[in-house]
Parts: sequence; C-alpha cells; structure tokens
Amino acid sequence: MAGPVQSIERAAAILRLLAGGSRRLGLGEVASSLGLAKGTAHGILRTLQHVDFVEQDPATGKYQLGAALLHLGTSYLDVNELRSRSINWADALAGRSGEAVRLGTPLEGKVLVIHHVFRPDDTLQTLDVGALLPLHASSLGKVLMAFGATPVEPLLEEEPEGYTRHTLVHPSELNRALAEIRDLGWGAEVQEMSMGEAGIAAPIRGQGGLVVGAIGVSGAVERICDSKGRPLPALITVLREAARAISRDLGAARW
Amino acid sequence: MVERYVMSIDQGTTSTRCILFDHGGRLVSVAQREHQQFFPRPGWVEHDAVEIWRNLQRIVPEALSNAGIEASQISAIGIANQRETTVLWDPRTGIPLVRAIVWQDTRTAPLVDELRSDPGDDFFLDRCRLPPSTYFSAPRIRWLFDNVDGLERRARDGEVLFGTIESWLIWNLTGGPDGGLHITDATNASRTMLMDIRTLTWDAELMAFFGVPRAMLPEIRSSAENYGEASALLPGVRITAALGDQQAALFGQTCFSPGEAKCTYGTGSFLVMNTGTDVVRSEHGLLTTVAYKIGDQPTIYALEGPIAVTGSLVQWFRDRLGLIHSAPEIETLARTVEDNGGCYIVPAFSGLFAPHWRSDARGVIVGLTSYITKGHLARAVLEATGWQTREVVDAMNADSALALKQLKVDGGMTSDHLLMQILADVLDVPVVRPLVAETVSLGAAYAAGLAAGYWPDLQVLRRNWHRAAQWLPDMDAERREWEYECWKRAVERSLGWIQPPKRS
Repeated sequence: MAGPVQSIERAAAILRLLAGGSRRLGLGEVASSLGLAKGTAHGILRTLQHVDFVEQDPATGKYQLGAALLHLGTSYLDVNELRSRSINWADALAGRSGEAVRLGTPLEGKVLVIHHVFRPDDTLQTLDVGALLPLHASSLGKVLMAFGATPVEPLLEEEPEGYTRHTLVHPSELNRALAEIRDLGWGAEVQEMSMGEAGIAAPIRGQGGLVVGAIGVSGAVERICDSKGRPLPALITVLREAARAISRDLGAARW
Repeated sequence: MVERYVMSIDQGTTSTRCILFDHGGRLVSVAQREHQQFFPRPGWVEHDAVEIWRNLQRIVPEALSNAGIEASQISAIGIANQRETTVLWDPRTGIPLVRAIVWQDTRTAPLVDELRSDPGDDFFLDRCRLPPSTYFSAPRIRWLFDNVDGLERRARDGEVLFGTIESWLIWNLTGGPDGGLHITDATNASRTMLMDIRTLTWDAELMAFFGVPRAMLPEIRSSAENYGEASALLPGVRITAALGDQQAALFGQTCFSPGEAKCTYGTGSFLVMNTGTDVVRSEHGLLTTVAYKIGDQPTIYALEGPIAVTGSLVQWFRDRLGLIHSAPEIETLARTVEDNGGCYIVPAFSGLFAPHWRSDARGVIVGLTSYITKGHLARAVLEATGWQTREVVDAMNADSALALKQLKVDGGMTSDHLLMQILADVLDVPVVRPLVAETVSLGAAYAAGLAAGYWPDLQVLRRNWHRAAQWLPDMDAERREWEYECWKRAVERSLGWIQPPKRS
C-alpha cells in the first residue's frame, strides 16, 4: 500500500504555518521555516492559491490563509456566480430539449432553484427562481444527494413526504435509487412530485470534481419519457452535454 | 451531411467572445478572453488594439476545438464591436500609432464644450444627427492630431488609417499590411460624427471641420454583404457582416419592425428602438442612429438611449474597490439587505449620457449615514441601472407617443435575478429575456448568415425568438414614485462637478 502523498503533507504544513502566526509570510520565510527548496514551496503555494486556500497580497507578495479555508463547510461557489456561468448552456439546453430547465443547489435540506429557463414554446409560465423543492421527490434533489452535495441522513430521519404513490419514501428504495444515479451519472423523477410530470437531472462539477449543483429538464411525462415511463435517451444526451459544458467552464476558468 | 455553422465575433468593451451558432440559432461553442482596461488619468480609458487582435487569434481556434468543429464548416463570420472606440494605425506595419481611445473616455470634453457653442449643436445635428459629445469618434481624432506630434501630417500623407474596432479586425483578418480591406459598416460609421446619415457617405463639411483627410477613413459598406474572405486565422471563410454591438443586439432580438425595442445590459446599457425607414429626431435626449442596412435593402434607423455606466459600476466595485470577488456576487451582497438604506449612487463616471448629456457630471454617492453597509451600496449599484433605464424609457415613450408595454432585455447582466426584478419594479412593465442572452453575438451571426444564405429571410429568424424568463412588476406605486424622486435629486447632485479651468 502506498504511503502518504508528500506534496499534500507539505501543503498541510504550509497551511498550519500560515495559520500559526498573524502576519503574512513571504516565499523565503515559508521555504526556510519548513526546510523546503524555494521552488518546491512556490509550486505548492501556487496550487494552494489556485484553490483559494492561500491568498497572496498583491502589494507585498506575501502569503496568508485564503477566505475559502475559513468557509470550508459552506458552499464555496456563490449561487449567483453559478447561475451566471451556466446561463448560456442552460438556455441552449432549453432550446435543444424544448423543455423547461432548472438549476438547483442544496439549501437547508431542500433544493433551492437558482435558475429557471422557460419551456421555449412562449406559453405563459412563472419564473420560480428561489423556490424550494423536496430532495427525494425531485430529479435535482436526488442527483445532489447521490453525488454528496448534500447528506441523505437528515432526510431519512424525518419521514419523507409522499407526494404521489410513486414518491420514494423508504430508506432502502431511496438508497437504491441514489446508487443507480451514481452508476448512470444522471437521475430521474417520474411522477414522484406530481402526477403527469417528470424530470431528469445531471450533476454540475466545480474545481476538483466536487458537485456544486445540478441541472435538470422537466415537463409533461409523455414528453420526457417513452410509453414505458423511461426518460428519452435524446434528452439525457443533451442534458449531460450541458452539465459537462458548465462543469468544464467552472473547472477551467476563474473569475 | 456535415453540419455547418456561423461564427460570430463579439468584440466588447471588456472582453472578446467567439461564439458558434447552428441553424436553430443555438449556441454551440463559446470562447472568451478579457483585455486590459487602461485608466492612465481620471476620465481617460484606453485599450491596446494589438492585445485585442491577439485575443481573437486565440479564441477562434479555441471555439472551434471546444466543439470539435473544422474551419471548413464555418459558412460565414459576422463581427459585432464596441462602437466609437477609436483606433489609428500605420497601414505599412499594421502597428497602432497610439492606444485605442475607448467610447467611455472623456478627454475631449473641453473640445466638445467649444463645439457646442461654436458652431453649435445644430451644425452637427443637421449633417450627422449626432450632438457633440465625448462619446463619438471624430473629436478623438481631432484631439489626437492636436496632441500627438506629426500625426496630422502623417495622416494627410496617407500614412495613417482610422477605424473603429470592426475595421481594425477586418483589416487584420483580410491580410493586414498585405492587402487588408479597410472598411466599416453604416452602423459604426454613424457613430463617428463624420457620416451623412441619409446618404451613408462621409460628409465633406464634417471632414473639413475636423480636419480629417478622406484617405484615412474606411469605405462605408452595408451591415450584411460579402466583404471578402479571411486570409489569417480562418483562410477562405467569408466575412459577411459587421454591426455596432447595440445594433447587433437589436437584430439578435429580432426587432425588425418599427416600434420594436430592446435594452442590452453590459458594461453600459443601451435602449434601442427600431424606427423603420424614418430618421426620427428625438426631442427628449435620445440619439438617432442607423439600426442596420442589409445588403442593398433600404436603411433601417433607430432611436437610441445610451447609458454609459451600468455593468462597469459592478466591475468598479470588484476591481477598484475590492468589495466583491466576482461580478455576480453583487447580487449576493445586495440581497444581504432589504433596500438601499436611503443611499443612491449616480455613476456619472463618463459624465451622463442619455437623456441628460452632461459631460460636467461625475459620479456621486448620496444619502450616506452610519447605517449604510456595503450591502446597501451593492443595492444602490443595481438600482442605479434600474433608474437610469427608467429615464431613457420615459424619454423613448415621450418621443414615440407609444408607451413600451414590456421591455425585452439581453446581455450579461440579465443573469442577475435581483436586477431584473428591480427593472420590472421601477419600469412597472414586464421584463422579458429571450432564450439566447448573447443577443449581440446572435445578431452578428444572423446578419452574417442572411448575407451568406445560411438563413433565408427575417421570418425564419423571428421564429427562433423564444421567451426564456419574465419578471413582473411588484412594487407599490407610491414607493416607486418616492424612490424616483430621490433618484432625480441624486442626479442633480452629480451635475456641474467638472468646472472649466480658471483662466488667468
């Protein structure tokens, strides 16, 4: 079995060093304190900076702990930023699928709808940005749970509400569904929130592969699914393409 | 059959975007790069035109590879650009002679003030339908002649070319010093203060007045026709459209009939209404401009209310004040409070454009008390966009005698959910966003595609427009009137700040 990853051990030491004092430290100070070559220390500091664990003061060039480290437990991607980065792809997905698109992130045991694109048929629809959806009865929620963006346990502690006779309320059936979602890379909800409606969703990944949100397509069950109640492969394909495109933009670029 | 696409290049104030569209008008690939904003002195704003060209050279291959598309699959290229920004370059070397002076730059204010009294606004309005303003290109050319040694002489000797950014890019794309085409389109030319807006030709009197030799000016073409083939970057691909970015957005929003209007929310915001073949003179502080000219079809005109600072106020908050890390965070910060706390920001960074046209105004923040937090300021940042929009919509309603029933919006800031709601609230009409928020790029693609036969006619393009979101007004009428009054008082406090230097 392999030993510890040396660069991560060194990164941890650097973080402890910066956390230990109150003043910023320059590259030379960091390197000599830990007995590292300057080049080595610089490489690690740059990566730590890239993931926002370390900040560099532009004026002096000295380092200190980054804000993201202080907020490690909370979502590190601002929801408005996620919307802004996703909007072009969400629009394109609505155009290609012909259905309404929503983006969701976890909030206090539910799914917060952070973006909504109307079904592009120019019918009267209401924007429901800010709405809260149930985790277990929405495709967005199931995807967020399946990929660890939000824990499953709190949901199972209370008895999950059954909205229709199809809603998954038992821990075993829910866990089975989540495992299947992890295998497939996407999830569905077929008449589990309201009869006649269905939705499919896929995860959006940020830096390092962490799932930061989910994107989904939803509408009348006869348009989302085939006669056997299975989501249409063509919809799944365009959905996953959109999720991949957004994830690539989040991982590749930085504000 | 191999799928074909149209490429649009949106060269904007803060970044350049290359977007590929398919037959359904759907976005297939995006590549984008920001360029530096230079603020060498208060009120001065400059870009490096070479940096912009280099960025284009990077993002075009990136857009193609992101989607796995070959250059041979591109049917046409359309270019939309930040308007009025002035580039002067040496045609033999392809090197700009000075940094490009950006549309927000106000260094020509003293010259503009002189022009307004002598020969007076009407001299210019009669010929090009534009009042003297720091906004337009000709005063900048004059300023450069007056302040850069030898430049005017070199221009007279044919050693200098002028262009707005689309001219610069097309020249480089078609070979640069080696046979590059020196052209502009009517919409861009209509922002120079040198073009006769009815004949779409350079006006001899205006050229003489500003001392601009004809040789340095590009040839004025329609907005959509086969200009020629690119030789650099995408060899053999036809360039078939060029439009000022706001006109491209009007086109992308399919505002093809008189009375149809849109407002684009980017660095600045621009309310534009199609007025058909009529050249309408505004009585309420709006500009008359060319909307588009498709091939040899009649020229279509528009009324425009340009607002200089909306999105750039958010960028100022981010880059100059460091109060937010990213532009979308302005919404997060603004939502930490219930309202503006009594403070108002009037972002007259480049003076005020429509409807006031006051180059003596500068930015103010009023209503400060120890209660105010950065959350309230963030709120005021968003509300500034709302109230400035209200002012130009009121002007547009007064000019057209038809009240706008809904506002079609587009541009980057439409992803700000709170801002869109604020707009609906202060305008008291629904605000509607189309399925493609990148309407500037879409418009350039539409124009290019039309000229190249990729799309047959305007009807097909209209069918691509779908409502993607709608915000409904939700503000108490009394509160709206009260807030509007406060805003107007805040605007008064921004006026008259810049005083002419005391003469001894």
